Amino acid sequence: MSPLLFPETSPLSAETHRADLRPEHIKDAVIRLAGNSQDGIQTAGALLARLAGRSAQDVMTYMTIPSTISGGPSIFQVRVGSGEVLSAGDEADFLVAFYQHSYQDHVDFLRDGGVLLFDSDHVQPNLQDKRFIHVGVPITGLTVEALGGTAKDKGKNIFVLGLLASIFHLDAEKLKALIRERFGGKDESIVNTALIAFQAGYGFPVSDLLSRRYEFEPNLHAREQAQLTMDGNQALAYGLIAAGVRYGAGYPITPWSSVMEILRSELPKYNGMFVQAEDELAAVSLALGFSFAGHLAVTGSAGPGISLKTEAIGWASMAEMPLIVVNVQRGGPSTGLPTNVEQSDLYQAVFGAHGDSPRVVLAASTVEDCFYIALEAARIALKYSTPVFILSDSSLATRIEAFDEPDLQKIMRNPALDLTARPAEYKPYPLDGITRHAPPGSRMLGGKYPVVTGLEHDEWGHPTANPKLHAAMTAKRRQKLRLLAEDIPLPPIHGDAEGDTLMIGWGSTYGPIREAVVKAREMGHRASALHLRHLHPLPGGLNQIFAHFKRIIVVEMNDIGLFGYGQMATILRARFCNPAITSFTKTDGLTFRVREIIEGVFP
Amino acid sequence: MNPVDFPSVSSAEPQRLTKKSISADHPTWCPACGDFAVLACFYKILEKRQLQHENIVTLAGIGCSSRFPYFVNSHGAHFIHGRAVPFASGVSLSRPDTHVFLFGGDGDGFSIGGNHLEHGARKNIRLTYVIMDNFVYGLTKKQTSPTSPIGYRSKTDPTGVIDQPVNPIKKVIAAGATFVARTHATQVAHMMQIMERAMDHDGFSVVECLSECVEFFPGAFDAGNPRKGGRFQTIDEKKWDGTPEDDARHDTTDEVAAYRLADMEFPGLFGVFFEIDRPTKNAMEKKWIDDQRAKNFGLTDREVLQKTFNRMK
Ligand SMILES: Cc1ncc(C[n+]2csc(CCOP(=O)(O)OP(=O)(O)O)c2C)c(N)n1
Ligand code: SF4
Ligand SMILES: [Mg+2]
Repeated sequence: MSPLLFPETSPLSAETHRADLRPEHIKDAVIRLAGNSQDGIQTAGALLARLAGRSAQDVMTYMTIPSTISGGPSIFQVRVGSGEVLSAGDEADFLVAFYQHSYQDHVDFLRDGGVLLFDSDHVQPNLQDKRFIHVGVPITGLTVEALGGTAKDKGKNIFVLGLLASIFHLDAEKLKALIRERFGGKDESIVNTALIAFQAGYGFPVSDLLSRRYEFEPNLHAREQAQLTMDGNQALAYGLIAAGVRYGAGYPITPWSSVMEILRSELPKYNGMFVQAEDELAAVSLALGFSFAGHLAVTGSAGPGISLKTEAIGWASMAEMPLIVVNVQRGGPSTGLPTNVEQSDLYQAVFGAHGDSPRVVLAASTVEDCFYIALEAARIALKYSTPVFILSDSSLATRIEAFDEPDLQKIMRNPALDLTARPAEYKPYPLDGITRHAPPGSRMLGGKYPVVTGLEHDEWGHPTANPKLHAAMTAKRRQKLRLLAEDIPLPPIHGDAEGDTLMIGWGSTYGPIREAVVKAREMGHRASALHLRHLHPLPGGLNQIFAHFKRIIVVEMNDIGLFGYGQMATILRARFCNPAITSFTKTDGLTFRVREIIEGVFP
Repeated sequence: MNPVDFPSVSSAEPQRLTKKSISADHPTWCPACGDFAVLACFYKILEKRQLQHENIVTLAGIGCSSRFPYFVNSHGAHFIHGRAVPFASGVSLSRPDTHVFLFGGDGDGFSIGGNHLEHGARKNIRLTYVIMDNFVYGLTKKQTSPTSPIGYRSKTDPTGVIDQPVNPIKKVIAAGATFVARTHATQVAHMMQIMERAMDHDGFSVVECLSECVEFFPGAFDAGNPRKGGRFQTIDEKKWDGTPEDDARHDTTDEVAAYRLADMEFPGLFGVFFEIDRPTKNAMEKKWIDDQRAKNFGLTDREVLQKTFNRMK
């Protein structure tokens, strides 16, 4: 992945003792921690990521969590760079193996010349394998020794953090501050234990085993703005708050749950409320009750729960009720792969409905975009009085990135209720305008109060099956989304505006596709990429862009289905009737590696 | 097509509520349907109590009875089948200034919406729910409902219902509703009194109102209607007057006694079976909000979010 890192690949034996540490400047490192989920490697990895964020370094993480709660193999991968970090990395420069199974399962992910740091109390690597630099440290024993043996081997994660801090020459004081923030609060002894474990790792004479220490180059694009470090679900939750969403309801399901957990405890601070409902249909119904009451509300889930919400989303289309529906996608159908990633709910978001039931579908491309997409969803939901889907996925939900702190002064939306009296000519469903509901509490000066309804209705909301009216109202609901299409900016092209190959992506594949463009161009291909945020309706003008490319390949994580094209590819083909649009998809439940995209798009 | 934006208009003085000002479309029910009486009773209560017009909210799911909101001139919503309880909960929880009235049928409430009813009751959400029970699916034309009595011949049980019907009162008390009563659409004075008490109750109040479907289950409730030769027997509630007669009266806070009364053979008893004070979800959520707001006293929403962001740097 990173040829700049560790240029000399000659393996060094662990036995070589050297004190003359040679500092080596690196731009980018992929560090994979492999252990069991109860070892707290997520905590150690997240601390590394936050440190990188604080040091204005770019950072991206990737993790797998076993779907069983009681532990099991788990990894946390951190990629830190001094330039733009777009993906979590195709291979690791540094593998920390806590157990034999961690070593066996992940050693092939380590690049040639990479460093294998292993717990010599548990792991017996093949020392004859000259591809790697072997560094064995009795992590378990030293941790127990440092902590006095009382806490057994808890604390290994922080010991390793200390080790990494010394190897990568990280700012130990900043890390200690982060440890204090992370463990502080309840019990002073917990912080102290963590700091002792950290110090033990940091003070370990690793230079006896490794001939170099690595130093990140100072970030040339160092930003003036402070960086926030968080995962995609946090970004989404805080984005919703910034967007003025104060009410919502949900039901737990991986990987959506943490959005609802955050909103449940945060919204009261903003005079709002999030309700845990008895199921997903109740959740969307509560959210629609909030919206009917005049508040822009959110509900969310993953695929199976979204299926349950579908009937009520049809009501929202018919009643023209603003609503934000979040789908943090996972592998499906059914319970499927609850902790793996897939982009297979696109059809469900766009078409998952009874009747002609137009809605808006947006997709977040990065952790940072999870924040801003919420603002866009709120803008559209209110302006067009419509349900809006936000598609995220399990890789965005759990990975941690650092991004520029948003300018809240500029973007916060005020969620005030509009209870002004409505004039006599008010109609809830005007045929020549976009619906603006009058929530309870607003006096109707004409004396007639509105009923918001899921039955087909006339302009005043009276039920009617009048054939002309159903046609006119169906057109009204469709037409407002056509208006929206004109209101969406065209996404920028990454690369040249013409060429042989245009890769199209949506959602979390943003980073790997961009990196693939860079790689492909290095390889001599005339390749560009375009990333869609507004999936339905699509922005106008895409066909003009497509006309400048010979091949348009949609890269997505779903199946090619019976027609032979992925879900987005099928929609684009149907929309543009352009045979140059084809598909490259995969369904292994894992995020795209850059190499996979290159091999798939340029076979 | 442009968004319709109105200039802000100064509100005229509120008008007195009259039957005329609160009635809307003429009901589409079959002539003599029991639901007319429930609607008339609701008009009377609104007129009598003179609630703030714009703060009245009339909600329903789907069914004949659930067409109620179209016939009331108030803010209203006609939601989907069975899910009106959570919808109404959203209104109630986020708008303490409103009076939330929910109407629906037995299929809507006890079958497709049965689980929502239980959770609304358990959470004690402040709203009044009148279930117009006709022992049949009216709108879809005579299928078995969860309250259809054994032996009733419906289109889905042509040889007579075989499944044990729900006991609405027991179900709702067991779920945790804090006001549970039963009335009969032909007994107007009783219905008025019960619905008013339900409305005044601070919590999840449920009224089962036997309301005849003249089309598909005519005569279903004659046994409770003296004018049809039946017996309308009301619950004698304790007066707490220390008299020996009072011992025999029903203590509406006694859950076990309420079940016993609810087990009486059809047409059973009418009146309040159960009524207790328990904090509403509305109040408890508000307390949480107030506590959180106190901790961030004087901060704007932006400053609160900024504080959180500062911890993520
Ligand atoms: C999801 C869904 N399933 C089924 C229906 C059809 N449906 C409409 S009303 C109804 C039953 C109505 O019975 P009840 O709630 O007792 O009301 P009534 O008409 O008797 O007043 C059914 C099954 C529907 N509208 N939606
Ligand atoms: S079908 Fe029955 S419940 Fe429906 S309106 Fe007619 S009488 Fe009333
Ligand atoms: Mg019925």
